[in-house]
Amino acid sequence: MRDYIIRRLIMLIPILLGISIAIFVVMQLIPGDVVSGILGIEQTPELRAMWEKKLGLDKPLVEQYFSWIGKAVTGDFGESFRTGAPVFPEIMSRFKISAELAVLACIIAWIIALPLGVLSSLKRNSVIDRIVRVVALMGVSIPNFASATLLILFLAKGFNYHTPVKYAGLFENFGVNMQIMLLPALVLGSVMAGSVMRMTRSSMLEVLRQDYIKAVRAKGAPERVTIFRHAFKNSSIPIVTLVGMQIGSLMGGTVVIEQIFSIPGLGQYTLTGISQRDFPVVQGCVLFIAVVYVLVNLLVDILYTYIDPRISYS
Amino acid sequence: MKKTRQPVKQRPLPGNESTLRLLWQDPMGRAGMIGIGLIIIMAVFAPWIARYDVAQMHARNRLQGPSAQFWFGTDNFGRDVFSRIVYGARVSLVVGIVAVGIAAGFGYLLGMIAGFFEGKTETVIMMVMDIIFAFPSILLALFIVAALGTSIVNTMIAIGIVNIPVFCRTVRASVKTVKSTDYIANARSIGLKRMSILFRHVTPNVMAPFTVQATLALSGAILTEASMSFLGLGIQPPNPSWGSMLSDARKYMEQAPWLVIFPALFIIITILSFNILGDALRDVLDPKLKL
Repeated sequence: MRDYIIRRLIMLIPILLGISIAIFVVMQLIPGDVVSGILGIEQTPELRAMWEKKLGLDKPLVEQYFSWIGKAVTGDFGESFRTGAPVFPEIMSRFKISAELAVLACIIAWIIALPLGVLSSLKRNSVIDRIVRVVALMGVSIPNFASATLLILFLAKGFNYHTPVKYAGLFENFGVNMQIMLLPALVLGSVMAGSVMRMTRSSMLEVLRQDYIKAVRAKGAPERVTIFRHAFKNSSIPIVTLVGMQIGSLMGGTVVIEQIFSIPGLGQYTLTGISQRDFPVVQGCVLFIAVVYVLVNLLVDILYTYIDPRISYS
Repeated sequence: MKKTRQPVKQRPLPGNESTLRLLWQDPMGRAGMIGIGLIIIMAVFAPWIARYDVAQMHARNRLQGPSAQFWFGTDNFGRDVFSRIVYGARVSLVVGIVAVGIAAGFGYLLGMIAGFFEGKTETVIMMVMDIIFAFPSILLALFIVAALGTSIVNTMIAIGIVNIPVFCRTVRASVKTVKSTDYIANARSIGLKRMSILFRHVTPNVMAPFTVQATLALSGAILTEASMSFLGLGIQPPNPSWGSMLSDARKYMEQAPWLVIFPALFIIITILSFNILGDALRDVLDPKLKL
């Protein structure tokens, strides 16, 4: 197992290098140049030369790349063009907020999706099954920004409820934090729940058709044991794979949702960086999110062995 | 009298009957086709369906509710929401189709090359695909638009690039399966050229998963465009986009809820229709997957 993890970590190196090269190449596509963007109409040849030297833009591209990536691996993502503050500490403090949102969304999604998906498979083609399938389809088809806006409208018009404006940390003020985080987590979770529900249903149906389930039933095992110990556990591999893949859309979703609910997370920081053309912020955030995404998927792969010991990593 | 046995009525297999007819027989497929059909009609005949110019402001009728004059009400500039929604369908479909066209074109070519030639070519292509896949899609699209600048063309390019790996992987997997079949071995043995085998014999057999993927990718592309426009980084004013209409409406949603409800409704109907059609198409083209 340890060898497998080490091997997978080594295999990550070319992917992470590729990600960093892709980000660097896209940054080179910026029309005009970064210095003009910073200086605006105030640029003089002297100021321009000074900024080019400061940002290392007077060096060849390959050197620029290695200088950037060399600093990035030590946690130096540069400074924001707008505020002058170092980007990495800001990313780390905001990541905690986004991670809390993502974890809450996952919990909500699982609470909704897993029981309903299992129930739907057990009651195949019944009214319950049809309702669950329609709910799941709605879940995957309603964009998170649309459901968030409609939810805010519904709560404001129907209950005169507005979420608190000022953010409070989880350990700072638990009550306010939950008031702020639960609605966005519900929106993100409901999108995720749709896909997990569909996958749980189809995966359970596949397993329930297998001969070994018939054998378990034939030996007189209670239905609860048949469903949970034998069927559900074996149907969870595709579900876990899907959850791993969905971490990406969850992280993308936070960019939109944090903006709508004014949550000062990593998504909002990324978006502010993009709209203000603050390139060190954009570059840093995109690199950080991509690395987290890749690492989460590695964790999911490792999780397979615990779910299904038949999977060998030798 | 001895009863003569009636022949069993069988559901025709794909290929014996047109896919469209099979889709129409499936209730979900029919619902999806009707939904998409209506959106296409709206987009194509927008100048005839819309009641006003999308930019025309009715200063005296700002934030008016739905009425006989303004079916879906007016926005804060007094513009007719119905007309903007109708033209918004055109923007959504054009962006979706062009973006998926870019993704499908590149994805098909790269998937074919990777699946057929294998070796180092495949390794390099799939590594590039893995790298693109390592980014959350909306984030990568926003990142590309941030670098290229916000415009309708750049939005299409960004969404197209993000979707290439899905097509490439689908085509590659199908090519690998088809390649090991006897008829491809026969085609090789009679001396057919690689390109001929690839395009005349392999292509028709990868079309089924490719078509399903294209339908699902269209809903994803429309969703990404709407999300980007919602964040102000997609379609720029004065072009109407459902995403930006919804975003602009948030300031006035308590006094004018129709500004939120109608764009949201059309985004949901469109994406739902594509998803339903994608599911039905998958069931028709690959009944083994139907559970």
